[in-house]
Amino acid sequence: MAKRNSLSWNDKTREIIDKRLNVPREPRFLTPVEFAVLEAIADRIIPQPDDRPRVPLAALVDDRLVADVGDGYRSAGSPRLREAWRQGLAALETEMQARYDRSFTQLDPSTQDLVLKQMQKGELDHAAWGTMTAKEFFKSRLAHDIATLYYAHPAAWSEMGFGGPAAPRGYVRMGYNERDSWEAAEASEGKEDQARKDNARVGR
Amino acid sequence: MPVSAADPQKTPRAVEGRAPDVFRIGGWVPMRQYAESEEVDFAIVGTGAGGGTLACKLAEGGFSVVGFDAGAYWRPLEDFASDETEQSKLYWTDDRIVDGENPLQLGGNNCGKAVGGSTVHFAMVSLRFRPEWFKSRSVMGYGLDWPLDWREMWKYYAEAEEALKIAGPVTYPWGPKRPRYPYRAHEMNAAAHALAKGCEAMGIGWTETPLATVSAPRGLSSPCMYRGFCVVGCSTNAKQSALTTWIPRALKAGAEIRDLSMVGRVEVDASGKATGVHYLREGAWRFQRAKNVVVAGYAIETPRLLLNSANPQFPNGLANSSGLVGKYLMTQSNQAVWGLSKDEVRSYKGPPSLALTEHWNYDDKKDFFGGYAYMSQGPLPAMWAKTQMSSRQLWGAELVRSMQDYNHVVGLKMVGEMLPQERNQVVLTGEKDQYGLPVPKVTYSWCDNDKAMIRHALGFMRQAMEAIDAHDIFDQDDDTNHLYGTARMGDDPRSSVVNADCRSWDIPNLWICDGSVFPTTGGVNPSLTIQAIACRTGDRIKAMARRGEL
Repeated sequence: MAKRNSLSWNDKTREIIDKRLNVPREPRFLTPVEFAVLEAIADRIIPQPDDRPRVPLAALVDDRLVADVGDGYRSAGSPRLREAWRQGLAALETEMQARYDRSFTQLDPSTQDLVLKQMQKGELDHAAWGTMTAKEFFKSRLAHDIATLYYAHPAAWSEMGFGGPAAPRGYVRMGYNERDSWEAAEASEGKEDQARKDNARVGR
Repeated sequence: MPVSAADPQKTPRAVEGRAPDVFRIGGWVPMRQYAESEEVDFAIVGTGAGGGTLACKLAEGGFSVVGFDAGAYWRPLEDFASDETEQSKLYWTDDRIVDGENPLQLGGNNCGKAVGGSTVHFAMVSLRFRPEWFKSRSVMGYGLDWPLDWREMWKYYAEAEEALKIAGPVTYPWGPKRPRYPYRAHEMNAAAHALAKGCEAMGIGWTETPLATVSAPRGLSSPCMYRGFCVVGCSTNAKQSALTTWIPRALKAGAEIRDLSMVGRVEVDASGKATGVHYLREGAWRFQRAKNVVVAGYAIETPRLLLNSANPQFPNGLANSSGLVGKYLMTQSNQAVWGLSKDEVRSYKGPPSLALTEHWNYDDKKDFFGGYAYMSQGPLPAMWAKTQMSSRQLWGAELVRSMQDYNHVVGLKMVGEMLPQERNQVVLTGEKDQYGLPVPKVTYSWCDNDKAMIRHALGFMRQAMEAIDAHDIFDQDDDTNHLYGTARMGDDPRSSVVNADCRSWDIPNLWICDGSVFPTTGGVNPSLTIQAIACRTGDRIKAMARRGEL
């Protein structure tokens, strides 16, 4: 975010990122119960560090559901975006109740991971899934939406060393191991201090 | 900064005698308008590589033209953010159902919904066909022949390259002689150098990619700033899209563009001629009269419109006496090999594919038909996360960890020819979309030849990656991209939908001008060929009009 006011961000980018950072934290499309399940899932799909504010993934998914813009395709058997999320979260909860007699949110993290792994492999098969398979829901909705929304957040960009928004200034140095002064430096072993110093300058 | 308040996705901008000036924040250019009661010479459905180009050619030829687009009329300088999520507003995200053994992924890299169509977000790769592909059946033994001659197409490729001021290499290593590219090639980024190094290690040729983004100033387009968000729309107007090239020219020549106008039906009268188009704009269905209708909605929307325009006289849809509308849908294989370099690559800088090899398009010592090119890559973060998930099934801490190697990622991605198969198709379903139009279902399965080519390409690209000491190499084996077919051109009305002039066999004043007319795909990106065909069609229509043959 240090670059927000630099030549690398145009007005439109500031406008939409500001909006993303200020996404309402309360659910607007999902019910509070669905939202709580989604929060628990998002914690496992993208575990976040404790030393910075968390990216509110459930709120970002909910925001996408409010906008209701699909991907441009869905597999035969899968409902549209909103119905897919509703149906998938409900099916997961029904299967968890049937299997563990409790909600996904009440499982310990390692059991949650196990359940998500099974969903990914298509090993959840309660009748509640209907025509949408658990595997398809995991691949096209659940992991897909959570992770792509995470990697649309400036905190994730910083975490991976991505240069972030880049108009109108763009870049000049494009070759191997070349870096413009407005790109974050990578810390190499023993040279962390230099990287920290370089990175204090990226907003200029 | 004066930015217009109304949402261009909700309120049309091209009204009241003016259209947005794509080169100026808040700017306008004058636009001629036609009454719906006036029978215009051409109503063109779609304003992308096919429709936008043809609108320009016909308007400059003196015809009255109205171009319809379902999408918004953007001003890139004020409307485009450097952001993948926001810019999905350029994609066709309406409801579509996919099935088959290898269901397609639609929306992003193969469908656009904007004035300018998918050229607004294309990767700008502008390649010519290998000449033999126009006669792949008789010369190379697969697919089928086009009714076009490569020598004539060579002339139209030159016209399109000039119109887009393609920035390309001094000499192109493959195929017959071609003119010097209008603008010099772009500087290569590290990802492109990695491709070049790999090719040299493997003993094959490579070149700087001919790109539709300017390497020097051109009119109101400033040179490419290497910001790297090309595939989500260029916010500095270096990109030479239909929105910034053909359409401004078309407006100047008197064409009208109607944005946010979804055409749902082509009307045909009792004599079997098209009379105009029904379209939805600002909440109401309207009708524009026209002497000719051109359908240019690309390989899904074009057959959808033709099929949905069925009437008692044409119960199976328009231009469909062959039964081939919607059939022989093709895509291209877009598999990739990815790995990590010990060096920082930061492939997010610059256009994503600054170098390529067409070696396997021109070397015929292969155990499969067709060819492929492969290119250097620069995936943006969300796209890269998607690739990690779909190809490596990563999530959780593993995904987060793997994403931290982003700046060291190198990749090679193929654009491969898939063969035409009748079972790959677009049909209408009983479900309705937001316009009340039937949702299309898109069925796709690979054939053995497609699989053999993918195996070959993945194997070869992996060796090229190993040759440059990339580590943690993995295959991305599920991706496909561009679309073709579904209204193919040919010499015989029984086995094709349109003739070489993109004129439908069944309805003489109904034309189809986009990627759906391709009988085969070739192993290169389609946009330049679509534009070259549209240039030719424009010239042919002018010639036919002079002779009274329209």
